[in-house]
Amino acid sequence: MDDGLKIELGKQGVFVTTLSELYNWGRRNSIWPMQFGLACCAIEMIATTMARYDLARFGAEVFRPSPRQADLMIISGTVTKKMAPQVVRLYNQMAEPRYVIAMGACAISGGPFKQGYNVLKGIDRYIPVDVHIPGCPPRPEALLHAFITLQKRIDAQHLTGEGRPRHLDAAAQGEFPVPVQGEHDLEPTSNPGVWPVPITIRS
Amino acid sequence: MKTAEEIKAAILAAVPEAAIEVVANPSVSGQHSLRLDPSHAFAVAKFLRDDAELSLDFLSNATGVDWLDKEVSEKVKVPRTVTKTVDGVETTVEELVEETRKRTIPGCLEAVYHLYSVAKGHGPVVIRMRTGNRTDRVQLPSLTPVWRSAEFQEREIFDLFGIVFTGHPDLRRLLMWDEFKDHPMRRDYVEPDDFEYEPTAHDEVLVRAQAHRARLAAQEGSGA
Repeated sequence: MDDGLKIELGKQGVFVTTLSELYNWGRRNSIWPMQFGLACCAIEMIATTMARYDLARFGAEVFRPSPRQADLMIISGTVTKKMAPQVVRLYNQMAEPRYVIAMGACAISGGPFKQGYNVLKGIDRYIPVDVHIPGCPPRPEALLHAFITLQKRIDAQHLTGEGRPRHLDAAAQGEFPVPVQGEHDLEPTSNPGVWPVPITIRS
Repeated sequence: MKTAEEIKAAILAAVPEAAIEVVANPSVSGQHSLRLDPSHAFAVAKFLRDDAELSLDFLSNATGVDWLDKEVSEKVKVPRTVTKTVDGVETTVEELVEETRKRTIPGCLEAVYHLYSVAKGHGPVVIRMRTGNRTDRVQLPSLTPVWRSAEFQEREIFDLFGIVFTGHPDLRRLLMWDEFKDHPMRRDYVEPDDFEYEPTAHDEVLVRAQAHRARLAAQEGSGA
C-alpha cells in the first residue's frame, strides 16, 4: 500500500497495515538478549543496559539467563578456543528467531589476541553473525547503533520468499556443528557453511 | 631480612643434606635466588615457612621457565707436539694450541617461586627448582601442601610448561582443555597454522600467511 494513502487514511481514523509489518513490528521491539558476557566488552554491554544509555528504550531490557528464552546473543568479548564450543552450543539451544551481534574487535576477528594460540579468530567462523561492531571495546552508543541496525534488518525482512527469517524456512539449517577440542586446535577450525574462507586480493 | 647467603646457611643448618645453590642476579635489584635440589625441596620449603625468623608464610607467585638445549663454544688451550723447522733443523716442540670446542648444555624446565612474609613484612625470597630434562624426567615436588596458594599456579605451570608436580592434590590442566597435548609456553611449541585469512598481514604474520598459502597450493597441486 502507498505510504501517502496510509497516512491519509490514518488522519481519517482508519489504521491500515500488513500482516508482515505487524509481525515484524512485534518482533523487533521485544528482542530479549541472553545474559551472557565473555570479557571486558561485557562491561560496556552492562553499561548500555543501565540508566544512562538505557537499552530498554528499544525493547531489550529483559536479559534472559536461559538460551531457551533469549532471541539475541551478544558475543561481548574474546572467544577463547576453550569457550568456543560452549558458545556454539548455547546458540544451538536458542529458539528461532535468533540473532547474533558480535561485539568488539575480539569477537569479530580475535582482536589484539588474534595471533595467540588460544583465541578464536572471530565467532563468525562457527555461527552466523547478523551485526559486527568494531571497537576495543565499542562504546555503548556503538552497541545501541548495532541494535538499531538489527531492528532495521528485522523490519525489512519479508515473511515469504527469498531472504525470509530462518524460522519460516523449513530448509534452513537449524543446528550448527559444535567444534571438537582436539589435540592441538579446534576441529574443524571453521564451519565452511557459515564462513567460506574469504579471498584476499592483497598478499 | 637475611641475604640469600644467610638464608642458605640457615637452611643448611636445619636441612644439612640439602644441596642449595645461590643464583646471583647481577641487575640493580639484586634479587638473588636459591636453587634447591628437588629431592629436599619439600623439607626446605617447610623450614622456610615455619622458621621463626624467616616465617615466609605467603607464596605470591609461581611460574615456569623453559631452558632449551644450549650449544656453547669455548676456546681451550691444548698441548700438542708440533714439528718445526728451526735454523734448518727439524725439531718437535711441545706447544699450547688454541682449540674451539663445542659442547651442549642439556635443557631443563624450571619452576620459580616468590615468597613473602606477611607476619614479618619482608620478602621476596626467590626459590627455584630444575627438572632433570625437558622430556621424561619432568617431575618436581609440589609445594601445594606447604603453601596452599601454589595449587592453581602449579596447575598452570603443568598446563603451559609440562612440569609434573608430584604430591599435588589435583593436577589437571588449568587454562587449556583436557584433550590438548602441547605445552604452549615451551619455546619449541608449534602454534596451530590458522593463517587462512589475514586481510592486513605484515611482518611475521605475513611470512606465516604466505607459508600457509604456499602449503595449500602444494597440497592442491599434489591432489590434482
